[in-house]
Amino acid sequence: MADILVYALHYEGAFNKNSLGAVSEGAKLAAALGGEAHAVVVGDGATDELCATLGRYGARRVYRVAGPEGLAQPVVDAMAALVGEHHFSYALFGGGLLGFEIGAGLAARLGAGVAMEVTAVRVVDGRLVAERPILGDSAISEISYRSDVGIVIGRLNAFEIAAPGDLDAPVEEVVVAFSEFSTRARMLSRGEQRGEDVDIEGADILVAGGRGLGKAESFELCSELAKAFGPGSAVAATRAVVDAGWYPYAGQIGQTGKTVSPKLYFAAGISGAIQHKVGMQGSENIVAVNKDANAPIFEFADLGIVGDLNKILPKLTAALRARREG
Amino acid sequence: MKICVLVKEVPDAAVRKRIDPASGRMDRSGERTLNPYDTHAIEAAMAIREGGVVEVDEIVAVTMGPEGAVRALHKAVSLGVDRSLHLCDDALAGSDVAATGYALAAALRREAPDLVLLGQQSDDGECYTVGAIVADHLAMPSLTQVIKLDVESPAGGGPPLLRCERQAEYGYDTVEVGLPAVVSVGDAINEPRYPSLKAIMGAKKKPLQTLSVGDLEIDAARVGGDGSAARWSGFKEPPRKPAGTIIEDEDTDATVAQIVAWLDERKLI
Ligand SMILES: Cc1cc2nc3c(=O)[nH]c(=O)nc-3n(C[C@H](O)[C@H](O)[C@H](O)COP(=O)(O)OP(=O)(O)OC[C@H]3O[C@@H](n4cnc5c(N)ncnc54)[C@H](O)[C@@H]3O)c2cc1C
Ligand SMILES: Nc1ncnc2c1ncn2[C@@H]1O[C@H](COP(=O)(O)O)[C@@H](O)[C@H]1O
Repeated sequence: MADILVYALHYEGAFNKNSLGAVSEGAKLAAALGGEAHAVVVGDGATDELCATLGRYGARRVYRVAGPEGLAQPVVDAMAALVGEHHFSYALFGGGLLGFEIGAGLAARLGAGVAMEVTAVRVVDGRLVAERPILGDSAISEISYRSDVGIVIGRLNAFEIAAPGDLDAPVEEVVVAFSEFSTRARMLSRGEQRGEDVDIEGADILVAGGRGLGKAESFELCSELAKAFGPGSAVAATRAVVDAGWYPYAGQIGQTGKTVSPKLYFAAGISGAIQHKVGMQGSENIVAVNKDANAPIFEFADLGIVGDLNKILPKLTAALRARREG
Repeated sequence: MKICVLVKEVPDAAVRKRIDPASGRMDRSGERTLNPYDTHAIEAAMAIREGGVVEVDEIVAVTMGPEGAVRALHKAVSLGVDRSLHLCDDALAGSDVAATGYALAAALRREAPDLVLLGQQSDDGECYTVGAIVADHLAMPSLTQVIKLDVESPAGGGPPLLRCERQAEYGYDTVEVGLPAVVSVGDAINEPRYPSLKAIMGAKKKPLQTLSVGDLEIDAARVGGDGSAARWSGFKEPPRKPAGTIIEDEDTDATVAQIVAWLDERKLI
């Protein structure tokens, strides 16, 4: 028998999808191991009602810990305490920034093995084996654990959310004594939305711009192309250009941005890093323009154009416009 | 204030990284270089030194890796680091990320830094986790993926505070962190400088200390391939998706016509 402890991240009264996927996956794996999946929620804003809903995705019990939100180390303290008390065999995370930080901290604290960016987990001889794609997804490594506790950090969207049942989970309040160092970080402001609100989730066609645009002004090339595609199209971006202030955060695709699956995703000057790919690989058609023939994006583009976006985008825009008008 | 910067030697971006099927480890042949993400951490340390809010006494580069990893340390020194520490021991070969973080923490503990800086990821391992592991062993607060880092002297005196900004799952967070701390920086934090020819030439003359497992408080049973808790038990090929169409743009008008035809065929326009 082996029980699994799953971390569930919430914000403003809702769990994130990634966490619901992790709880669902945890419940499935625990059942195969003959154990139970329990979930842990840390923060002052999570009500009993909200916590209980994790039962619908398979959590048999939810531990609610009062503490600061949005920081990893208090959650490490909480999970280490719960593992100590209830002897969980595995800790499971859906991914995202906090999942990586908490999973890593917990591995150090417990002397546990950790696998990250996991896309699938199997049960082999009563133990978990995690599959992790490596080297730009060109190979998949299989990882098993020698430690008492194994830590699995999923890749964004890797774990499917189960169809919710109607069973709420019992919620247990747990008081955790936080370590001195984990209270030495203080959230001053959280969730700031930089830039205007843009809707990329409703668009059928997305023209996404990356660092290859070279400067903020070049986003004009993307917006002109989007306009030429007609209504139902919008402009999206990578983290690199959002961090640089070239495009609003609301338009970012990827691990710490949105997940999209438009009919057409058109990338201009985007390398195709894993953290970007996880947010758009469900697109029906993927077209990429990149001047580097070795760019990873060509490994998963349906149509790849090796060339300079400054030459190609204006002419393509003109051609599409001519078609619409003609 | 003393800053330690973690650096790693990785295969050059132009080298096709692969796993040696026999050993299950990274193939270490081919051109190698300083992990490009670490140059941002070095630059962040230099920015604190040059910012003048706090006095930076020393910037020390720390690496764990085989003998060749000294090249990464030389490169770090050419970018402004004062001296370096090389944790090099056959007993460490094959360490997983948790064991690597454990050993690095032991080396860092000896230096007792006020701030440990590192890159957002290693270009080969891509674990994104060394920072959080090291921090827990050192009992220091930690944040990863920081893209703005300011050191502030509290008005009422006391140790300096860090003000960090980073993008997390719901937008940008600003977090205040008390030193000593471990911070991994994102690549948007700065534009790393290029080393001067003089700095490159002088890099080998700066102090470099090599340490083995026995020099540090490291439990040898917790490092190396045998001591690692995560075991690579196998490899497999990912499912192959049919290769896409590739167009090399030579005549842009012709390229555009091909793109339009492709889109048309799929009723996307
Ligand atoms: C924890 C974490 C979370 C992250 N979350 C996200 C996320 O949510 N979303 C995200 O996108 N990224 C995310 N990232 C960052 C990600 O790893 C990459 O750094 C980022 O996606 C790269 O953006 P880019 O493709 O615009 O830039 P680059 O990787 O710099 O690529 C630019 C590309 O443009 C090409 N180019 C240059 N000039 C031209 C030209 N004239 N014509 C054509 N092509 C040109 C280059 O060949 C290059 O391939 C995250 C990283 C981490 C560690
Ligand atoms: N062997 C190592 N020696 C020193 N620093 C390392 C080592 N491995 C990783 N790092 C640091 O940790 C960061 C994150 O690496 P990773 O967690 O492997 O993605 C890198 O940018 C380096 O700064």
